[in-house]
Amino acid sequence: MSIDFRGVVRPILIGAAALVIEWLLLGSQQFSNAMVLGAIYALIALGYTMVYGIIELINFAHGDVFMVGSFLAMWILTTVFGLQGPVTNVVNLIAILAIVLLATMVGMGFIGMFIERVAYRPLRHAPRLAPLITAIGVSFILQNIIAVLFGPSPVNFPQIVPANKISVLGAQVPVLNVGILALAIFLMIVLNLFVGRTRLGRAMRSTAMDREAAELMGVDINLTIAITFFIAAALAGAGGMVQGLYAGSIQFTLGFYVGLKAFTAAVLGGIGNTTGAAIGGFVIAFVEVYATVLGYTEWSEVAVFSVLILVLVFRPSGLLGTQLGERA
Amino acid sequence: MTAVAKAPGSAPQPSPWTRLRASSRMHRSLTILVGWALVATLLPLIVLIPPLSTFQPQSLWIDGFSNAGVFILLAMGLNVVVGLAGLLDLGYAAFFAIGSYVYAFGASPFSGLHIPFWPMLLVGAGAAATMGILLGAPTLRLRGDYLAIVTLGFGEIVPAVFLNASSLTNGTNGIGGIYKPTIFGFQFTLENPVPYYITMVGILAITMVLLYRLQDSRLGRAWMAIREDELAAASSGINTITTKLLAFALGASTAGLAGVYAASKLTFVSPDQFGFQVSFTVLAMVVLGGMGNIWGVAAGAFIIYTIQAVLLKELNQFFQALHVPILQNIDFVQYQYLLYGVALVGMMLLRPEGLFPSSRRRQELHESAGEEPEDVAPPTELGE
Repeated sequence: MSIDFRGVVRPILIGAAALVIEWLLLGSQQFSNAMVLGAIYALIALGYTMVYGIIELINFAHGDVFMVGSFLAMWILTTVFGLQGPVTNVVNLIAILAIVLLATMVGMGFIGMFIERVAYRPLRHAPRLAPLITAIGVSFILQNIIAVLFGPSPVNFPQIVPANKISVLGAQVPVLNVGILALAIFLMIVLNLFVGRTRLGRAMRSTAMDREAAELMGVDINLTIAITFFIAAALAGAGGMVQGLYAGSIQFTLGFYVGLKAFTAAVLGGIGNTTGAAIGGFVIAFVEVYATVLGYTEWSEVAVFSVLILVLVFRPSGLLGTQLGERA
Repeated sequence: MTAVAKAPGSAPQPSPWTRLRASSRMHRSLTILVGWALVATLLPLIVLIPPLSTFQPQSLWIDGFSNAGVFILLAMGLNVVVGLAGLLDLGYAAFFAIGSYVYAFGASPFSGLHIPFWPMLLVGAGAAATMGILLGAPTLRLRGDYLAIVTLGFGEIVPAVFLNASSLTNGTNGIGGIYKPTIFGFQFTLENPVPYYITMVGILAITMVLLYRLQDSRLGRAWMAIREDELAAASSGINTITTKLLAFALGASTAGLAGVYAASKLTFVSPDQFGFQVSFTVLAMVVLGGMGNIWGVAAGAFIIYTIQAVLLKELNQFFQALHVPILQNIDFVQYQYLLYGVALVGMMLLRPEGLFPSSRRRQELHESAGEEPEDVAPPTELGE
């Protein structure tokens, strides 16, 4: 979990360079799609990287937490608000979106904490293989609970944001895309401030650095880890809601591929490094969209996983490196 | 392998049972072969007993046992990687796919070739092992959980390549009409499940003998040393990379073997047979059976396969016939993966060593229990 200020300049430079290259290669229209996809991957990748940073567990179920998040948002929109189509009144729209977002994030946060409490905490001192296997089990359970509750076929996500477009840098971009990107950046800034400036954030960083020493200094380890899971799942929930709004339909298998790509993003950025995870998300989205632009849609997943394997082989510490390096 | 018959009673005291146990421990390879022969003879008879015989006819049962055998083979192979060497492989189905496609290329109207089944068993195993080495060589330097993700990615890439490289693999439609095995002019047919059954039992028995002997060899002990403490193993002079690579290649070759057999039995391959569900099902079998215990894993695979292929369907019909209000509307087959998930979590929390644990693995997973292992089953080299 890196919020050190020495590491600020380099990420910004890498990020800016990546953005310019992306924009030049994709053109404005595809660029806006890549940015939305990148925002979603980044929100999920943050969860992977935070959890890994603090307990060195690859939370396989995280992609499915994201999927559950989009179903929760869908359920709130359709059942609580009874919405199906666009909401034209701007004030109403923003209020509804804010309420649904908040409810989804809090709801998913508690689900994340619950998963940690039941499936991971009892195994904190077990061999490493054990929590990995429970994580896979949790992933199966989440997928199938959703399949049972909402059915195995794709479900429509109410498109409450009107399809208006605004002009950005000469391209007609849907309002939704701009909103999603703004939301993702806002959440990342909040996260950054939380981890960097608050007492709990400091507890998280110290736990990630050395759990025993942090405990001796009076940090409540269980609480800190639970909060980490809360934040990770809440961000995934926000990502899930955004995914639903953007894609228009959701399915119980959604979490598998998106989760795997977001994990790739986290690894690419340097797992354990929050800034890296965010940048990695945008890079992976770029790879995927660029493969589509070149006409290799069916190969885009192969391209993403090849990036994953190549990064792990040649630069396992990722683009930005990590404080919690690969220990042999 | 010296197949010495049971020594006639020189010591009069011990009961026949103890003597049988002692001698089976001495001649384990022989015991395994005899055990498989016994099980293979008894299974087709057991299904004639009423509750089981009502489910499906005997020929379907035998056919099902052959399919279960494919999963037993996969589970035993994955056990080498996960159970013995402690490397989490989540893309195991990729090697299964490679074996299947190798046979489909070698013996189908699609490619125009017709290479006999028996050499293809070895070719399929070899091809899968080669892919295992190619994947493992760069990635096995990584720590365990990274390896899990790389293999997961690999497990997705391989079916995607088979799906998209349509000119070579016929894409989504898959390759059909794969030739069935023949032996000394005798042609295997779909109507008669017995030859497939006997072939599978033979493959399983030989594989199990080899795996047991491997487990107690220098290599097997090196795998377990790496699983328990990689740093200590490396300090004791074990070349961890080569050793892990061998585990990976061996596990892959077993999956390749299973793939060739499955392709020849189904006479059809398509990319969607090899999704991550297969990898996870096999992993659930290994975990449930007891990681590291070869026969336990085989039993776990058999149990899970039988539950998913037979019992869940029977449960549906049973509750529908009973007209129990809620239960008759539940499709138990649909809950299969939910059950796997619950089983994986429950198993890890409550009984991480599996249903049939190996003694060494149990100690490892309950580290707090005691310092000194009481019975680590010293590897006996007595069977030669």
